[in-house]
Amino acid sequence: MAEPVLEIRDLRKSFGALKATDGVSLDLRPGEIHALIGPNGAGKSTLIHQICGSIPPDSGTIRFLGRDMAGIGMAGRAGLGLGRSFQVSSLAQEFSALRNVMLAVQARQGSSFRFFRSVMGDRALTDPARAMLERVGLSARADVPAASLSHGERRQLEIAVALALEPKIFLLDEPMAGMGPEGSKNLTKFLDGLRREAPILLVEHDMDAVFALADRVSVLVYGRVIATGSVDDIRRDAAVRSAYLGDAV
Amino acid sequence: MSARETAANILIVALLTAIPLAAIVLDEPFYLTLATRIVILALAATGLNIALGLGGLVSFGHAAFFGLGGYVAGILASHALNMEPLVFGLPATQSMPVIALVAIAVAALVALPIGAISLRTSGVYFIMITLAFAQMIYYFAVSWPAYGGEDGLPMALRNAFPLVNTAKPLPFFLVCLAVLAAALVLFRLIRGSRFGAALQVGRQNPTRLAAVGISPFGIRLAAFVISAMVAALAGVLFANLNRFASPSMLSWQMSGELIVLIVLGGKDRLLGPLAGAMLYVFFEYTLGGLTERWQFFLGLILLGVMLFARGGLLGILAGRTRHG
Ligand SMILES: Nc1ncnc2c1ncn2[C@@H]1O[C@H](COP(=O)(O)OP(=O)(O)OP(=O)(O)O)[C@@H](O)[C@H]1O
Ligand SMILES: [Mg+2]
Repeated sequence: MAEPVLEIRDLRKSFGALKATDGVSLDLRPGEIHALIGPNGAGKSTLIHQICGSIPPDSGTIRFLGRDMAGIGMAGRAGLGLGRSFQVSSLAQEFSALRNVMLAVQARQGSSFRFFRSVMGDRALTDPARAMLERVGLSARADVPAASLSHGERRQLEIAVALALEPKIFLLDEPMAGMGPEGSKNLTKFLDGLRREAPILLVEHDMDAVFALADRVSVLVYGRVIATGSVDDIRRDAAVRSAYLGDAV
Repeated sequence: MSARETAANILIVALLTAIPLAAIVLDEPFYLTLATRIVILALAATGLNIALGLGGLVSFGHAAFFGLGGYVAGILASHALNMEPLVFGLPATQSMPVIALVAIAVAALVALPIGAISLRTSGVYFIMITLAFAQMIYYFAVSWPAYGGEDGLPMALRNAFPLVNTAKPLPFFLVCLAVLAAALVLFRLIRGSRFGAALQVGRQNPTRLAAVGISPFGIRLAAFVISAMVAALAGVLFANLNRFASPSMLSWQMSGELIVLIVLGGKDRLLGPLAGAMLYVFFEYTLGGLTERWQFFLGLILLGVMLFARGGLLGILAGRTRHG
């Protein structure tokens, strides 16, 4: 089996008495979509934050492309190829959709200390950014400020921004949330194709999407991974059913 | 830029040109001094606006750089006049372009560590720590008798500028105006550049900036240093205007004044600082002529701006901002 791209070992994080991450070990392998499911407050977003570097873990290791991430900040990890979308969308609100994507293109090109040339006339930025908006189906909204986009459109824009970084892995925190059935279906198809570009760690409550997409599923409850396996394994797992899935299966 | 903002900008520039014309027609050279004061304050505030308007960095210590510029002009000129070499036997100079370059370099050297330390903090802490650094420099200047201490440092002559007689009000005004125009071009270029994009996203949402792999710190530090350099250049001109490098140029009131100018005029606009400087000097002149406590009324006006016109004067004139 191929070396995992992302390797998490015995990660722990407490907020006061609350163990949000309680000894989590998890892998993301090349070409796979690994879904992370679990009830509200299970610690899914907290885990993503630790992988991205926005929250420091108390203990444990995160290795990305074989490299220990301890001491590397959020910007550094993104630069190494960690692309993410946020559960609560996090965009440059005053900038248009296009300019949000252009920022990512600029970051990938590694050239933010250019002081004079206008970005709007810079095809090296605008062309890839427009292409990315096209891919996620947001072309018609390119010039609309992020603040004026609908909730679902913002999720799409987040994905376009992550794509523009050409990351080595994607961490997507509930990309379907608030999208509506049509949007979810489209996005599911889109993510299915995306796994060829980079493996995805997918946090998602939408079980139709998870079961359609995931190669493997891990179930997080109270900060612990109670089960990891194929979609069928997880559907059958009694502990999972009682802890989480309930009527969903 | 919207058509309405263009119209507002033309109005502001027309008003600014009207003042020196009135000074000549009415034979009131004092108006020219006022216009020059407007231009220099607008220059300093345009510099600060790179940090504040684009980067959201509310520096309450930019008087430090403004004052440093003033003292560089005063100190170099007084050494040159008395034929005393500077430290290490370096020759002093009266040449304004050289002095301006020295002031810009000094400001960059001072702003680099101040920015590097201050930018470890944010919000109110950033405001306080920039203030603290500026106050240190202020007290240093006041307690250093060699260069006038509390009394400040008079300049016998204005610095020399090639082909221009700076002693005359109109040519000096035009020099200042040209420098302001250059600074506005710089601001506009920066705003539209890759650097400007990163800087503005750092203001709107620093998490987003980091999530694409750009560390906000380096971007902000560069903006802080550039903005200090422009403020120092304004300080050189200000000391020349008054023929005096005063410790008040380094005071926290001065830092506050620069922020007030930007808020009055509109921090999101190219000409916001200029509009603010015009308004400020206008109030200073008219209200200041009526009452010693004109700043009280200025405070009321500011309160009105904060409550009802967040975009400042240009926000009222030009409508809401739109970013490309
Ligand atoms: N910064 C914080 N300080 C204190 N407690 C926190 C913090 N962040 C998260 N928590 C708590 O940690 C627990 C896990 O939160 P987290 O957001 O990771 O859950 P989640 O699995 O993403 O839930 P959801 O499905 O609702 O998004 C919750 O109880 C939450 O209240
Ligand atoms: Mg969450």
